[in-house]
Amino acid sequence: MMQPGLYHILFISTALFFMGVYGFFTRRNLVTMLMSLELVLNSVNLNFIAFNKYVWPGKMDGLFFALFIIAIAAAEAAVAIAIIINLYRNHKSIDVNDAEDLKY
Amino acid sequence: MMNGSTIVFYLLALQTLGGGLLSVTTRQIFRAAIYLLFSLIGIAGIYFWLQYQFIAAVQIVVYVGGIVVLIIFSIFLTQQTGELLPKQRLGRKVFSALAVFCGFALTIVQIVQHKFTQANSDLSPVTVADIGKSMLGTNDGGYALPFEVVSMLLLAALVGCIVIALRSKPETT
Repeated sequence: MMQPGLYHILFISTALFFMGVYGFFTRRNLVTMLMSLELVLNSVNLNFIAFNKYVWPGKMDGLFFALFIIAIAAAEAAVAIAIIINLYRNHKSIDVNDAEDLKY
Repeated sequence: MMNGSTIVFYLLALQTLGGGLLSVTTRQIFRAAIYLLFSLIGIAGIYFWLQYQFIAAVQIVVYVGGIVVLIIFSIFLTQQTGELLPKQRLGRKVFSALAVFCGFALTIVQIVQHKFTQANSDLSPVTVADIGKSMLGTNDGGYALPFEVVSMLLLAALVGCIVIALRSKPETT
């Protein structure tokens, strides 16, 4: 067990990112795909904060990037859930295999 | 050497990774949302551990208080209770896991080989007053323009959500 540092946090964020990617590959339900997307966005935020802390501790740029990513992720989640609810109202299902109206 | 700070870090890492892993593998959708909640709280704890209190508070307020509640509401609106998610084909699971593992291994190898020039991180942590001055500052290092652009984006998202989710009126003629 070592003193945790930059590499430990980078390991956590990499693992979290690829967990999100795995969920995005295997899930077929739109709400669970959205959850996987949130994991990916959070891992990116963790990276920004860790680099801000350990590589440029005197600056605040990483912190502001993380803040703006959180704001944009909130807007994105709200729009995605509006789309999902609208889709459910029309199709009675939120499975991606049933949402193929744009295909034809 | 294990001191208290190290133990807290490893517990937070365990909570974050365990919550994330269970969230993408469980077949009960409501439990997936709750595991996601634990994972997000673990990330907020890591921000606290790094002494970025403001971003940790924002993480808890926006993600835990906002997005997860929104997800749980949409689960209530769209799912039948007690119904498991359908099982995926084994081939898809195996190949997804394989692709994800290869990407993970590649990234970790790159990270370990790269030598980051780490600065002395024992400076005083940023205070909320610094963040506020820099966020609304227009001089060098100020973030006034992105701040305004994000407020426009949030307004557009608000209007867009209402338009998308608006129930079209049934024909009453």
